[in-house]
Amino acid sequence: MKLEFTLNGRETVWNGAPVTRLAAALRDDLGVTGTKIGCDAGDCGACTVLLDGRQVCSCLVAMGQVEGCSVETVEGLESGDSAVADLQQSFLDHGAAQCGICTPGMLMAAQELVRGNNKPTRAEVEETLGGVLCRCTGYGKIVDAVMDVVARAPAPAPPAGEAVGARIVRVDGHVKVTGRDVFGADAIPRDALWVRVVRSPYARARFELGDLAPLRQRLAAVLTAADVPFNGYGIYPDVKDQPVLADGLVRYRGEAVVALVGERADVMAIRDDEVPITWMPEAPVVGVDAAMAAEAPLVQADKPGNLLLKGGVKRGDAASAFEACAAVAEGTFETAFVEHAYIEPEAGWALRVGDRIEIHATTQTPYMDRDEVANLMRLKPEAVRIVPTACGGGFGGKLDLSVQPLIAIAAWQLGRPVALVYTRPESMAASTKRHPARVNAKFGCDAEGKLLACDVTATFDTGAYASWGPTVANRVPVHAMGPYAIPNVRSWGEAFFTNGPPAGAFRGFGVPQAAIAHEAMMDGLADQLGIDRLEFRHRNALRAGDTTATGQTLAHSAGLAQCLDALRPHWRAAHEAIAAFNAKGGPRRRGIGVGCMWYGIGNTSMSNPSRMRVGLSPAGTLTLYSGALDIGQGSNTIMVQIAADAVGLPASQFALVTGDTDLTADAGKTSASRQTFVSGKAAEKAGQDLRQQILRLANAGPEAVLSLEGATLSVRDGGEVRTIDLVTAGPLMGEGTFDPPTTPLDADGQGVPYATYGFAAQLAEVEVDVELGTVKVLRIVAAHDVGRAINPTLVEGQIQGGVAQGLGLALMEEYLPGRTENLHDYLIPTVGDVPEIECILIEDREPLGPSGAKGIGEPALVPTAPAILGAVHHATGVRAHRVPLLPHRLREAIVKQSEAKTT
Amino acid sequence: MGDYLRPRDLDEALQALTRPFTVLAGGTDFYPARVGRPVTEDILDIAGVAALRGISESDGGWRLGATTTWSELVEAGLPPVFDGLKQAAREVGGRQIQNAGTIAGNICNASPAADGVPALLALDAEVELASRDGVRRLPLASFITGVRKTALLPGELVTALHVPRPRHEARSAFLKLGARRYLVISIAMASVVVEVSNRTVAAARIAVGACSPVAQRLPDLERALVGASADMHLGEQVQPGHLAPLSPIDDVRGSAGYRTDVALVLLRRLLSTVAA
Ligand SMILES: Cc1cc2nc3c(=O)[nH]c(=O)nc-3n(C[C@H](O)[C@H](O)[C@H](O)COP(=O)(O)OP(=O)(O)OC[C@H]3O[C@@H](n4cnc5c(N)ncnc54)[C@H](O)[C@@H]3O)c2cc1C
Ligand code: FES
Ligand code: FES
Repeated sequence: MKLEFTLNGRETVWNGAPVTRLAAALRDDLGVTGTKIGCDAGDCGACTVLLDGRQVCSCLVAMGQVEGCSVETVEGLESGDSAVADLQQSFLDHGAAQCGICTPGMLMAAQELVRGNNKPTRAEVEETLGGVLCRCTGYGKIVDAVMDVVARAPAPAPPAGEAVGARIVRVDGHVKVTGRDVFGADAIPRDALWVRVVRSPYARARFELGDLAPLRQRLAAVLTAADVPFNGYGIYPDVKDQPVLADGLVRYRGEAVVALVGERADVMAIRDDEVPITWMPEAPVVGVDAAMAAEAPLVQADKPGNLLLKGGVKRGDAASAFEACAAVAEGTFETAFVEHAYIEPEAGWALRVGDRIEIHATTQTPYMDRDEVANLMRLKPEAVRIVPTACGGGFGGKLDLSVQPLIAIAAWQLGRPVALVYTRPESMAASTKRHPARVNAKFGCDAEGKLLACDVTATFDTGAYASWGPTVANRVPVHAMGPYAIPNVRSWGEAFFTNGPPAGAFRGFGVPQAAIAHEAMMDGLADQLGIDRLEFRHRNALRAGDTTATGQTLAHSAGLAQCLDALRPHWRAAHEAIAAFNAKGGPRRRGIGVGCMWYGIGNTSMSNPSRMRVGLSPAGTLTLYSGALDIGQGSNTIMVQIAADAVGLPASQFALVTGDTDLTADAGKTSASRQTFVSGKAAEKAGQDLRQQILRLANAGPEAVLSLEGATLSVRDGGEVRTIDLVTAGPLMGEGTFDPPTTPLDADGQGVPYATYGFAAQLAEVEVDVELGTVKVLRIVAAHDVGRAINPTLVEGQIQGGVAQGLGLALMEEYLPGRTENLHDYLIPTVGDVPEIECILIEDREPLGPSGAKGIGEPALVPTAPAILGAVHHATGVRAHRVPLLPHRLREAIVKQSEAKTT
Repeated sequence: MGDYLRPRDLDEALQALTRPFTVLAGGTDFYPARVGRPVTEDILDIAGVAALRGISESDGGWRLGATTTWSELVEAGLPPVFDGLKQAAREVGGRQIQNAGTIAGNICNASPAADGVPALLALDAEVELASRDGVRRLPLASFITGVRKTALLPGELVTALHVPRPRHEARSAFLKLGARRYLVISIAMASVVVEVSNRTVAAARIAVGACSPVAQRLPDLERALVGASADMHLGEQVQPGHLAPLSPIDDVRGSAGYRTDVALVLLRRLLSTVAA
């Protein structure tokens, strides 16, 4: 049916089925892909557009209803001369876009408000943006941007040598606020075939495939396990335990079984029950107790006792040290499966080019993808090219393969481009999760509050496949004692297979779970001894010169005490205000808590090098070739800042080539908070290398000042200026590699697991409605020792986003297979749930890092849940032993506590 | 691919319904139920039917057109008896959902957690149903018969909701409890309308949602309040026994015991605030 409407002011004719969703028509038929799809169910708001001036979810509007109406999308915000609108400029200036997948929806929702009101209040902004989820930013900078829409000129770019430390606008910001950035689902070729994956409805079952020939006749291909040349993948070279397509046995609900390949409409029209699969369900192994039980069925045939891995750290003699302790605290803490809930579902497409396969997909780790796909397809790594698209959020969940193997195998077989875009429920069911943990902790200290001993055992549910389970089980024992100097330590980690979803990497690799336990212990000991909780931590904080439980002496950059010093005035003032509030009585009670953390930057005791290149072409183009993938955190921008200062030319003169495995060198994965420290150092070295080459050509000294104009490079050394004609000089290429120095851990976990650590302390103020069990977080103050903030705006963005995820972990997020597989049953914080977050940056320089920088990605999240839970305890006396602390759980604990008091 | 009809007038719509069609209004329940699969049903899109839109007032009360959106309701000039319904409207999803979702869609979808239902029950709303054979009216409580079940007959459309004019000065309010601020399915919610005469309660209508398959009025409580003085202590009248009509369940959002517990709290708070 032919329909007419106005799209961004232009008369538009569209032809198709009127029941088609507006979002799909815009993206698939009208080629305006700025409007994003995160759920197709109204839950995320990424698809928000204005319909006759009002914001609606375009995934819920039938094209039939658009006839005669006016539709405005992000593409319509720019004014005619292609200048960005004031609202967009405000997003850029405030750093309101991180990954950018929510940005078009945020902008359109905000547009509904600011069009008639350019000085809105915070409350008005929250009401307006309440229906758009952002998983990256924690909303603070978005709210600031919408409250502050004024026409202003872009800030001047910093001059040469002053990029590091400057709040420059992200280099990929413009494409993000205009909807031009290309994400996994945005540039699928029109002639692509599509994959639809048939997944297991059972957590554990055997199955048989019936006759697939009739389906194969209707479609281009029906792929099964037999089509995968080597049907096993996994993070570690020796654990390739996860099949691309299950082979007669499924180990978790959501596991891929059959892939239908054909025209998009054809594969979508086939219902699961039309695919002949005979299921023989078996009782699943649910939870670690079931996995450890003597008679437990095995999840992986070659893993006795369902044990993936165990190991720990031992120093001194914890058992006997407890006897000398004046105070001992003990407790068990449990956490749930947590979903990454990036707003961009997994998506991508592949194309065979001669004897090579090209994969365009959303990912956090192009080189690992390349090697893994090569392995699965029995190709040489060089035969695989990964061209990462923009990544609409990862948080660890896009480190594992998702769409890549199936699109590659299908494209390879069929010689046509093949695409796959996960639906939201599919993304949630299929992808990895944060490991559920049970942490048993016991800490003891002397009468002055000096920690003497700790004993921590963390047991993890690693789900059906190993994924990053070993990383979690290795990292946690190193961190489980918290950022404190403790002479006697026993810490232990174990991970068990179950028929849960594969637990993998999620911001913090198990450390957030452990921090909930060690911080509860700090509160417990401080309270027992009547010592202020913040001062107790300050007394025990690891400082430069201290030796950690793995026997590593921290030479530099251990700024926890400074973080606590920075929080102290806020802490004291808040205590008084809270006491005054609570004195009024009533069902609402306020409390305050503090959480501390440390976090080793980079892989645990494993080499994780990065290589970067900076080139200067004969035409005078200065290019950073960076394999470090920006998943929203801002590495594109800070790599340019670092490289620019290392070369000595302005950041604004840099072009950036990123991610493509054919064009950039391996800079490792975007995880473990390693890109700033490791790849940043490599970028610094690459920049320095190029500078050396230039100085040599010009025969100039180290202090020489460079300037680049067209193909002419001028080098001013003292009073003398030499010019280099780049056409004659030929292309120049600087290269840098960095691998942080670590050593393996011995049987007692002794060694140097990380070259450096981030430190942080956060405080949280909460208001608990004791009658309802609800918790409102009123305020967070976050002090982070980041070594050096390369770009303070981006660092704050990381902190605020991490805090929001920590808040979700503490209060609302729990993934239950089959029950919370969408974004209305699985809750992540909305703009109304995240309070104002004040960031305090402590810069205790790390000599190994670029300009002294460490990492911030994961540290941001770790202390938040402990601080919130401590605040709830302060307000109510209830210590949460299980998260999320849903309202009914807290209310039940409050009732139990008051019953205990009265009996 | 099925048919798609978008009639402009009601007769046309009712004429179409002489054969089965799936009705589409704001689409906010329709599309989320169809994620990842093509829509193949025959669709009757009623959003363009002028007669189903708009709010009108008569001596007997108000008529809310079926396709009135939550945003239109919030923006409408209505007396305080509608405050509860307006507060409920502001709690439905986020702004985008309020701009598209309709009140009839909410009651026809018949979710136990539909936020509009307790507020409309407390308003004593009647559902106007039309088919080619004529028009009938049902009290809302008889219209919703179970989880996702209604008394809608084949060939019928909900055309409007009717709200009778209260006899005395009426105040009303709504409270929703969810595990986050926006876009959240209610764990429990409640709505009250209290008619006040000479500073005492002359009549009360009270409903609780998400604590039973269909939101329930609480007749014992309504009776108990009559004659009580309308002040900040009114909430203290609520006793656990008044919640007998509720039959909450355990689910991912809360336990049954918790739901009863908080329903009581919500009611006490609502009554004390509207009466004060
Ligand atoms: C993200 C999100 C959040 C939400 N949050 C809430 C919430 O907080 N609280 C809440 O209560 N609801 C919520 N909803 C549900 C929904 O928005 C409301 O129920 C809305 O009022 C439905 O109206 P609609 O016009 O969109 O219905 P539609 O989706 O168009 O229709 C819903 C059903 O009713 C039928 N129908 C509609 N109108 C008529 C009619 N006039 N006659 C006969 N049958 C009809 C349709 O056939 C369909 O079965 C949410 C939905 C989404 C997507
Ligand atoms: S895609 Fe429309 S709300 Fe998520
Ligand atoms: S920036 Fe909002 S989801 Fe990534």
